[in-house]
Amino acid sequence: MDILLSLVSQFCLALGAFLIFSGGVGVLRFPDFYTRMHAAGVTETLAAGLILVGLMILAGWSLVLFKLVLILLFIMITSPTASHALAKSALHGKLEPFRQVKQEGE
Amino acid sequence: MRYTVSIFTLLILFWLGNSGHYSTLLLAMGFLSTGFVVAVVRRMNVVDHESQPLHMLTWKLLSYYGWLFVQILRSNVDVVYRIWRGNDVLSPTVASLTMMQESDIGKVIFANSITLTPGTVAMDLENNRVLIHALTRNSIDELQGGDMNRRVAQLEGRN
Repeated sequence: MDILLSLVSQFCLALGAFLIFSGGVGVLRFPDFYTRMHAAGVTETLAAGLILVGLMILAGWSLVLFKLVLILLFIMITSPTASHALAKSALHGKLEPFRQVKQEGE
Repeated sequence: MRYTVSIFTLLILFWLGNSGHYSTLLLAMGFLSTGFVVAVVRRMNVVDHESQPLHMLTWKLLSYYGWLFVQILRSNVDVVYRIWRGNDVLSPTVASLTMMQESDIGKVIFANSITLTPGTVAMDLENNRVLIHALTRNSIDELQGGDMNRRVAQLEGRN
C-alpha cells in the first residue's frame, strides 16, 4: 500500500513538473502577451494542483495536509484574479492582441 | 448574525489548522485574536452576504466545481498540446459574451471560471457583458454555447 501511494505521488509530481515545463515552453514560444498568459494558465492550475496533490499523498493525514489544501484553495482563487488584472491592464493599456478576430454578439 | 457566526467559525478553524499548538495559553490567545479580528471586520461593515455568500453553499455548488474541474482538465490537455505543436495551431480570438447571472457574485464566479480554465481569460467586465480572450476559436465557440454560463446562473438560486 505504501509503495502504491508513493508511486501515485511520484507520478503526480512528475506530471506536474512536466506541465510546469510545458507552461514555460509556451510562455517562450507563444506570439504575444495574451497568448502567453494562457500558457502560464497551465502552470497555475493543473500543474500546481498535481504538485500539491502529490505532496498531499506524501503528507498523509496530518496538519500538513490541511495546509496544502489551503494553499490549493488560495491558488485557485488568486491566480485567476491575477491573470484577470494583467489582461485588463494590458487591454486598457491599448495592447493589441495578436491576429485579432472580432466577433460581436453571442 | 449568522454571518458573524460563520466568519468566526471560519477564522477559528483557520487558526486551529495553521497553529498546530494546542496548549491552553495559545488556544486562549488564538480565541482572543479571532474575536478581535471579527470585531474589526464588523466595524468595517464587511460582514455581509457579499463577503460570506452563505446562500450559495449548496450541493449544486459542489457539483458545479466538479464539472469545472473536468473542464479545467480538458482545456489543460488542449493548451499543452498546442504548446508543443507550435504557433500554427493557434487562432487567438477576442469576443464578448452576455452574462446570464444577475448577482455580482454570480458574475464573479463565471468570470473566474473562464479565467481558471486555461485557454480563455476574462479581460473586462461591463454591466452584463464580459470580454474574453481565447487561444483558439473553438474555446470561444464552446463558451458561446452557454453551458458554463447557464450552470453558474443556476447556482444563484433565485429565492
